[in-house]
Amino acid sequence: MWDYLKLAGLGLVAVLAAIAANYARDLAYQVNALTVMLAAGIAFLWVLRTAGDPKPNVQHEYFDSVIRAGAIATAFWGVVGFLVGVVIASQLAFPWLNFEFLQGFGNFGRLRPLHTSAVIFAFGGNALIMSSFYIVQRTSAARLFGGSLGWFVFWGWQLVIVLAATGYVLGATQAKEYAEPVWYVDILITVVWVGLLIAFMGTLLKRKEPHIYVANWFLLSMILTVAMLHLVNNLAIPVSIFGSEQVQLFSGVQDAMVQWWYGHNAVGFFLTAGFLGMMYYFVPKQVERPVYSYKLSIIHFWALIFLYIWAGPHHLHYTALPEWAATLGMVFSVILWMPSWGGMINGLMTLSGAWDKLRTDPIIRMMVVSIGFYGMSTFEGPMMSIKAVNSLSHYTDWTIGHVHSGALGWNGMITFGVLYYLVPRLWNREGLYSLKLVSWHFWLATIGIVLYASSMWVTGIMEGLMWREVDANGFLVNAFADTVAAKFPMYVVRASGGALFLTGALIMCWNLWMTVRAQPAKATQNSMVPAE
Amino acid sequence: MGILDKHKAIETHATLLMVLSLLVVTIGGIVQITPLFYLENTIEKVDGMRPYTPLELAGKAIFQREGCYGCHSQMIRPMRDEVERYGHYSLAAESMYDHPFQWGSKRTGPDLARVGGRYSDEWHQDHFTDAKSVVPESVMPPYGFLADNVIDGEYIQDLVAANRMVGVPYTDAMVENALADFLAQADPNADSSGLVERYTWMEDNGTVVQNFPKSLNVRNFDGQPELTEMDALIAYVQVLGTMVDFSTFTPVANR
Repeated sequence: MWDYLKLAGLGLVAVLAAIAANYARDLAYQVNALTVMLAAGIAFLWVLRTAGDPKPNVQHEYFDSVIRAGAIATAFWGVVGFLVGVVIASQLAFPWLNFEFLQGFGNFGRLRPLHTSAVIFAFGGNALIMSSFYIVQRTSAARLFGGSLGWFVFWGWQLVIVLAATGYVLGATQAKEYAEPVWYVDILITVVWVGLLIAFMGTLLKRKEPHIYVANWFLLSMILTVAMLHLVNNLAIPVSIFGSEQVQLFSGVQDAMVQWWYGHNAVGFFLTAGFLGMMYYFVPKQVERPVYSYKLSIIHFWALIFLYIWAGPHHLHYTALPEWAATLGMVFSVILWMPSWGGMINGLMTLSGAWDKLRTDPIIRMMVVSIGFYGMSTFEGPMMSIKAVNSLSHYTDWTIGHVHSGALGWNGMITFGVLYYLVPRLWNREGLYSLKLVSWHFWLATIGIVLYASSMWVTGIMEGLMWREVDANGFLVNAFADTVAAKFPMYVVRASGGALFLTGALIMCWNLWMTVRAQPAKATQNSMVPAE
Repeated sequence: MGILDKHKAIETHATLLMVLSLLVVTIGGIVQITPLFYLENTIEKVDGMRPYTPLELAGKAIFQREGCYGCHSQMIRPMRDEVERYGHYSLAAESMYDHPFQWGSKRTGPDLARVGGRYSDEWHQDHFTDAKSVVPESVMPPYGFLADNVIDGEYIQDLVAANRMVGVPYTDAMVENALADFLAQADPNADSSGLVERYTWMEDNGTVVQNFPKSLNVRNFDGQPELTEMDALIAYVQVLGTMVDFSTFTPVANR
């Protein structure tokens, strides 16, 4: 019966998508509609072919196949995102790379959202979905709730990524930073996200452990808060149901406030709270030590989620946003330094008594450096949110450098560490193919980040100072174009740093591939044991 | 640390954890966002702000589609160098009809909040086609293809109507005549009296309540006979920052 309903639903989606493609008002919408039709068609055939097959009883096993797929997707989208990043960094240094014959499809302006979405939502999103499925099952000693709901979340998220990415290149965008997906992709994101919440919450509710482990607090608050932010920031009226264009509900100053409330907490919850959940599970596991302080984690959690949400207006200092809002944003951003460093201390001190492992285990080295970068960027952020500093740093490359020391250093490195931890376990292999290659990855990535961040400090502070420089008579010294020209050497350094980081990620992919291909298999450890 | 022992109640109860953490994360947003909708001094009272014409609206859509906001801000801060370089600092009122706002966050290129009227249409044509031909240091991508994309305004009325739905004060006449106004603004030979009437003053029961003296540009923006995306984009860029009448503007201290 359930299979018939699924078939009917998928068939209906395919037909509606075909109709939509026929009446499409713009190319991006048409291509997106055809993609949906194709996806629904493939799912239809798959359900048809497997309908009525006997279902093996897997209730005593963890649902790991979807996590394996998540690991592959994380690595794949990571490489795509880093690659597009290197391309657009090169376009800024060498603008002829905006090829004229591509008629705008390959211009910086359309590729930049592709890069940001690919790394945040495709690479980061898959890492979060994969880790939350893994962590919530292990710490609850229960199979993921909802039967094949996990697969719906996984494939739904991949469809979101493909629709958004093709849309950007073809010109479909909401024109709000980090919230570029258009209205119908936003609806799909909402549906998939509710699926994630149900799977996660359902597993927590049927857990066999009395306590909910701290990693799950962070993951749950991430899922809830991102849902709230997404719903409010994407309120819009479609111009037509047959086009990708929409008009935002809010305008001007209110829209700016909502946007950066969303934008800063995409960082605060998607890229921080969620990844802290990963830290709280995988670092103790890899180090084989308990979390440093249980009480610190309670304070860390509640202080972090309460304070983060206030920090958004520091993106709008000295703008037309009323001063009281900007000041609130600044004050809370500075206070936020404390729980952030509390979390860093909790992660780092977990190594107490096991610091010697830094010498022998490159995966621990990666995790520790990632926590170090977390600490560095959560100090730099509050500093940049102070109005006097922000008056110099805002609108400059300094912000870009800050974001990347967080994204490459913290999010990137911890995700690499998690992938190195997970892949041998998920495929039941005797350890990684090569620890030496992990070391190579570690050094390439670290040097890449250092080149990236330091070149952006130099250009950012330089252009900030050049813009405000006046001579003895009070005239501006530099034309805007002078600052553009002055940044060229540092733009080359930045692109090379990105290329090193990308090379490291490709080495990781090879290493993980050979781990699955060439390492001897181990006896299965998939059956449920209570969490340690 | 007795109070932390009570945390056991939360961490053994999934629904309680969910409800409490949701409550905790909503507070900041409620305090910061909702007052902006009712505090009267959030948006200044100014003379001259009018809704975008249909052609300018189409130009804004192209600006957004090409991701221009990734490199160009539209928000001048009140520092000496910015006011010197770009003009009067930006007012909240100047973006009150922007759905979404386009303040931006990065200046890889210069701020555009007051670029309107600063350069000629010909300069913009050259600059969009090959930026280096007018600014040798520029790293801006080429946008010459916009001059080849002929547009007919088929769906422009829907766009104007959708903007009205979210609160932009377009009149019935503005929505009804959206296509005619769209075509007339870039065609020097067309009868543009209707467009001029609708977008230079606004009537309320027969009396003029708003006056928009100087910000309406009616001309062939791209220098070609056809109406193209280049026309729309230049029309948009040329109106940026030109609407407010600063001779009648007095800043309010308590913002």
